[in-house]
Amino acid sequence: MSHELCSLSLTAVRDLLRSGEITAVSATRTCLARIAATEPKLHAVLHLAADAALAEAARLDAAGPDPDKRLWGVPVLVKDAICTKGLPTTCGSKILENFVPFYDATAVAGLKAAGAVILGKTNMDEFAMGSSTENSAYQTTANPWDVAKVPGGSSGGSAAAVSSGQCFGALGTDTGGSIRQPASFCGIVGIKPTYGRVSRYGLVAYGSSLDQIGPMTRTVEDAAAMLTAIAGHDPKDSTSAPEATPDYEADLAAWAGKGDLAGVRLGLPDEYWGEGVDAEVLDCCRAAVDAARGLGAEVVRVSLPHTPYAVATYYIVAMAEASSNLARFDGVRYGYRDASATDLAGLYELSRAKGFGPEVQRRIVIGTYVLSAGYYDAYYRKAAQVRRLIRQDFLDAFASCDVIVGPTSPFAAFGIAEKTEDPLQMYLSDIFTISLNLAGLPGMSIPVGLGAKSAMPVGLQLFGPAFGETRLLCTAKAVMDAVRPPMVPRGI
Amino acid sequence: MDVSPEFAAKIATLARLRLDADKLERFAGQMGDILKYMETLAAVDTTGVEPLYGPVAHVSPTRPDEVVRTCTRDEVLHNAPETDGRFFIVPKIV
Repeated sequence: MSHELCSLSLTAVRDLLRSGEITAVSATRTCLARIAATEPKLHAVLHLAADAALAEAARLDAAGPDPDKRLWGVPVLVKDAICTKGLPTTCGSKILENFVPFYDATAVAGLKAAGAVILGKTNMDEFAMGSSTENSAYQTTANPWDVAKVPGGSSGGSAAAVSSGQCFGALGTDTGGSIRQPASFCGIVGIKPTYGRVSRYGLVAYGSSLDQIGPMTRTVEDAAAMLTAIAGHDPKDSTSAPEATPDYEADLAAWAGKGDLAGVRLGLPDEYWGEGVDAEVLDCCRAAVDAARGLGAEVVRVSLPHTPYAVATYYIVAMAEASSNLARFDGVRYGYRDASATDLAGLYELSRAKGFGPEVQRRIVIGTYVLSAGYYDAYYRKAAQVRRLIRQDFLDAFASCDVIVGPTSPFAAFGIAEKTEDPLQMYLSDIFTISLNLAGLPGMSIPVGLGAKSAMPVGLQLFGPAFGETRLLCTAKAVMDAVRPPMVPRGI
Repeated sequence: MDVSPEFAAKIATLARLRLDADKLERFAGQMGDILKYMETLAAVDTTGVEPLYGPVAHVSPTRPDEVVRTCTRDEVLHNAPETDGRFFIVPKIV
C-alpha cells in the first residue's frame, strides 16, 4: 500500500474499506508502516499493539465489511489516559508503568463496537498535566511540522500521530484544553464535547468535573464520525448526560448540502482578540472569520469579562480535584511500589515520591493546600464561585450569538524545552481553552492556516452552548472548506 | 503568600509524598508564585454567588441496587505489586 493512503481522511478510508477496495489488514499495515517510518523522529506512540491490531483487522476482513459499523476497519490510536483491555495504560506516568487494565473505557468500547482497529496508545503529559507533552515520564513527542517544536499537550501524542498520518483518528482528553491546544499546534481538528456527552468511565481521572474524552482527526467529517461512535449516555458514569445522542455525521452531511452560514451569528469575545495574542495568530484567525462572513455569517462582539480570572480559577479547581483523584495511587492495588518501605505510611510516601513526576507532585501539593482546613474557603470555594461567574459569562454571550470564536492559543507551537523551567508561564498559555472546561460547554479547534512568521499551524476555536456540537461541526466545516488550510506537515 | 520549605514539607506529608530537601526548596518557591497568582481571585466580588462545583445540569440517576459480577478476583489482583493470590499484601500494620 502506498504512503498516500495515510493522508486520506478517516471517512474516505472508511468508504474504501466499506466498498471492499481495500482491506482492514492493508489499512492497518499501511499505518504500522507509517508509524515505523515516523516514530524515530516523532515519539508519539507509547505502546504499539501491532499484532493485536493485525489480528483484529484479519478478523474483520474474514467477516466482511459491515455498513452498520461507522468505523469499520479504520485504524485509530488512543491516548494513554484511557483504559484499553489487555493493553498498557500508563497515563504517561512511571507510577502506572506496568498497569494493564482488564476492561475497556466506554469510549474505547464505542470505537470497537463501531469496527475501529486500535493500533496502540499515544504519549501524553503525565496524568494529562501539561501543555506540551514534555511532562511525559517516557519520551518527548515532536511536532510533525517542525520536530524542534512541541506538539502541544497534554494529548500531544494523539495530535502528532493524526497530523503525520500514523492513524486516521485518535482519542484525546481535554481537562483544560488538552485536545484543542495540541490540535491547534499540529494543524488538525479536535473536539472537547459538552461535559457529560462522552462517558468518562475508564478514563484515568485528573479533574473529574472538567475531563472529557473527544476525537482528534484531520477533517471535520472525521471528527463527527468518531464523536458519534463514542458519545452517549452511560450508566457507568453518573455524570454522563441523559440527552439523546444525534448522529453527528449524518446531521453534518445533511447540512453540508446547504454549505453557507447565513443566519449564524459568530460572537467574537473582546478578551480573546487583543493584547497578548501573537500577530500571526490574530491574522490567521481574522482571515477565517472574514471567510465565515463571506459565507453569510453575522459577526458580533461579545464579552467574557471574567476571562482574566480563568487561569487562577482553573488551576485551583483542577489541582484540588487532582490531589483527591491521585490519592488512589498508593502502591497497594496497582502501579509502582517502593520496595524499601518498612511500614504502610512509608510505602505510600515513598511509592508516590518516586512514582510521580515533578509536575504531578507540584499539583498534588498545591491541590492539597487549597483544600486544607483554614484555606478551603479562600481558595477552593472562592474558585468555585468565580467558576459560576465564568459560566454565566458564556450563557450571557450566547444570548446574542450562536457560536463564539477566537484563537485556540495565543501563539503557535513553541520550542522544545522553551517553557519547562517556569510552571506558571506554562499555565498562563492555557488562557483561551480553560474557561470552556470550567463552564462544561463544547468547543473545537480547527486549523486555519500557517502563521506568517513561524510557518506553524494556527487554530481557530469555536465554542457552543451545551449539547451544541452539531452547530459547531457545521460552522467548522464551512470555515475549513473556505480557508483550506495546508494539512501536510513538512517536518517529517 | 510566601511558602517556606518547611511549610511545603508539611503539606507534602498531608498528601503522602516524601520529598527530598532540594525538591521542597524548589517547590516552595514555585508554590509561592502560583498561590500569589491564584490570590488575584480575591479581587472578584462573589458576594451571594453560589459555588459551582460541577457543570452537570441533570440530577444523578438512581438505579436498582443489584449485585453484578463486574470482574474476577484474579483480574483485580493482576496489577497489584504484591498479593498472596487472595489479598493485597502491605507491610505489617499491627
